[in-house]
Amino acid sequence: MKIQRYRIFFSKTEAMRFTGHLDLILTWERTFRRAALPLSYSEGFNPRPVINLASPLPLGFISSAELGDFWLSEDISQEEVENSLKRSLPPGLIIHHIQEIPQIHGNKLPGLVERSEYTAFLPKEYSGLDLKIDTLLQSTKIFRTRKGKEYDLRPLIHNITLEKGQEDFPSLLNISLFSLPSGTGRPDEVLLALDIPHHEALICRTAIVLKPVEEN
Amino acid sequence: MESTQIKNKITKILPTVEMPGRYTGGEFNQIVKEWQSVDVRVALLFPEIYDLGMSNLGLMILYDIINKEPNFLAERSFIPWVDMETALRDENIPLYSLETKHSLADFDILAVSLPYESLYTNFLNALDLAGIPIHAKDRTADHPLVIVGGHSTFNPEPIASFIDAAVIGEGEEVILEILQTCAGFESGLENTEKLKELSKIGGVYIPVFYVPVYNDDGTFSNLTKTNPGAPDEILKRIVGKLPPPPNNPIVPYIDTVHNRAPLEIMRGCTRGCRFCHAGIINRPVRERPVDEIIETMETLIPNTGYSEIGLLSLSSSDYTQIIPLIESINERFEGQNIAISLPSLRIESVSVSLMDALAGKRRSGFTLAPEAATERLRNIINKPISDQQLLDTAKEIYQHGWHTIKLYFMIGHPTETLDDVQAIADLSKKVLQVGIETIGRRAKVTTSVSTFVPKPHTPFQWVGVSSKDDITEKIDLLKRETMTKGLKLNWNDPRGTHFESWLSRGDRRLSEVIYKAWQKGAKFDAWQEHFVFSRWLEAFSETGLDPEFYSTRTRSVNEALPWDHINSGVKKSFLLEDYQWSQEGKTRADCRDNCYACGILPIYSDLRHENPGSLWLCPEVSR
Repeated sequence: MKIQRYRIFFSKTEAMRFTGHLDLILTWERTFRRAALPLSYSEGFNPRPVINLASPLPLGFISSAELGDFWLSEDISQEEVENSLKRSLPPGLIIHHIQEIPQIHGNKLPGLVERSEYTAFLPKEYSGLDLKIDTLLQSTKIFRTRKGKEYDLRPLIHNITLEKGQEDFPSLLNISLFSLPSGTGRPDEVLLALDIPHHEALICRTAIVLKPVEEN
Repeated sequence: MESTQIKNKITKILPTVEMPGRYTGGEFNQIVKEWQSVDVRVALLFPEIYDLGMSNLGLMILYDIINKEPNFLAERSFIPWVDMETALRDENIPLYSLETKHSLADFDILAVSLPYESLYTNFLNALDLAGIPIHAKDRTADHPLVIVGGHSTFNPEPIASFIDAAVIGEGEEVILEILQTCAGFESGLENTEKLKELSKIGGVYIPVFYVPVYNDDGTFSNLTKTNPGAPDEILKRIVGKLPPPPNNPIVPYIDTVHNRAPLEIMRGCTRGCRFCHAGIINRPVRERPVDEIIETMETLIPNTGYSEIGLLSLSSSDYTQIIPLIESINERFEGQNIAISLPSLRIESVSVSLMDALAGKRRSGFTLAPEAATERLRNIINKPISDQQLLDTAKEIYQHGWHTIKLYFMIGHPTETLDDVQAIADLSKKVLQVGIETIGRRAKVTTSVSTFVPKPHTPFQWVGVSSKDDITEKIDLLKRETMTKGLKLNWNDPRGTHFESWLSRGDRRLSEVIYKAWQKGAKFDAWQEHFVFSRWLEAFSETGLDPEFYSTRTRSVNEALPWDHINSGVKKSFLLEDYQWSQEGKTRADCRDNCYACGILPIYSDLRHENPGSLWLCPEVSR
């Protein structure tokens, strides 16, 4: 029984960086059980808790701006939910705030995502990078192959800007990518299109921007 | 290499390897102690990948026990998968502990869990990756003491050259005795002196104090002691009462083979299947009281958040209070979406009611292990059930909503004929037929056939393993005879069977074979894609040993066995009698109903006396 819907704004860092999407869902389920907060479960032979994360974060990325919706089967105050969860979090997950969503059965999070913003922390200054960015943004099509399939990266790019960093990461690349029905932009693909070996960069999601829908 | 240096280096390589979550540590419930704050530091190594090792209960128990002591610390380590191994070697990073990223070489003790023989080459590889000399004789006081434990160390001889000590039996008490002894060592004390002290602890075997002597025909003769103070035989350690189970185990961030909270409900098994190593070496049977299990679950679940609890034992349906236990669990945890798993159910209707009573998910298959397909052969291996009993149970399983029954058989039992093998196919088809009659064409049977490997300390320890040709012929027969829709056959590679048979009943000369095989690249021998049989044959040939001497040869009952100095508590004369009974087709009923004087009670009579009542399934003793 879905009684309440809470949206959690959280960070994913440290060792959690290498926890994949499905394992992250399992980690949240366990966090709720440790917190003694009753998640709402699906019906059937194989009941699963109803957890909706906005957008899967690729393995190895960190994030300061993840979003997830959780449904509880009992009425519990926001303060209690927040405090209980914070006491039960594993290392690498940080809750920023939570918010009750009045529309229990309203739109699901993944469908609401318009775009995500990332910062790629680059370990050195790549020469001619600003020029490459300009060229990329001026292209009308950027064909890339991923997992054996060719696709056009260009419509997934919202914006790319270069910024000066400091110390270990002398340059920062701000990458804003759309989530479209045809696909979701991946910042590592942008780096590769800019000839940057993506494993050299530390990539952090800094925002998930939702579509302006009235009820959410 | 310093731990901070290791940390920095792995941060760079982790994004480039498969499943980096195996190598980070930092999980929920991990225990990190200040390195300098303790007297003795132990690295607990499970020589397999993280995904498998994290499901090992023994490792979690020792982690819990050691870390509860303020002056000791324990950290974990596992074997890197091949991509990570290459990265570590390329960057000269030693194998490190997950908690504080110290090289394994920096610990005082490297404690290695060896539940099965196919881990031996991984164990050697771990030593090498940590920069620790592989042979014990090449190590100095600056290296950690390498101490192994686990089921396969009941025959420690094949790995004797690589280890400083082996712990025989249950580790819960002896581990602290070892650490306390180590805490008393002055710095720089020579290894021989350390080992002399450790050899005084019950259950600790120090191979360097014994030199094997062989007869002219190559058979083992005896051990000559080089240290008069070392014991003549090593009696396995047991705990009188199962210690409280860990209730805050580490919760992995990534998927592992048994992604659930383990809770041991019983140790040992009273059934006496003659092929079963665990059934002998885990005697006596000790149960954990229902109340303690429920109380543990009440903290285990909120401490971990696990939704599944594995109630572990060698034979779940033999736990005396199994029905009350499941009823209490259902009552206490109703509505919490907690799933219970019960491994190893017996072939009887009570098992079906049990599975039915378990709340939570319905599993895809129901497993039954008749082990042999004719009543004659089941009497020989002492697993006496009738075909009818199996078919009745199967019918009930299908009626209660399962579509697939998994049947486990072994081929290569003593006295087995091709008729007995044919019977595996026939019986599988009969079970399938029962299924089709009960639920129609949805019914499926999966028959898994492994090959019997004689194990030390069992009534079949004298028996030769089947030849590879013999095994192949039997598997081919089964492949031909099981080509039926709805019936699936799985089988093992006979070469893997032979590999296991060398190592399980080998003598100390096999250390050289294992070493050479490792040098040739042997590792992950339990993984079909990594196991290379020819490496092992080459290693045998270069060592001048005959693999068949260890595998297919039937030992004379008068022959001294390389593991005779390891005392499992069960008398050799009892094993011999049981071996002879088997040849006569004579069975032994469940020993909880009738004590057969296997030897456990007299040797552990003090412990039994201290733990009276129904926790042990052996008879009471008076003093």
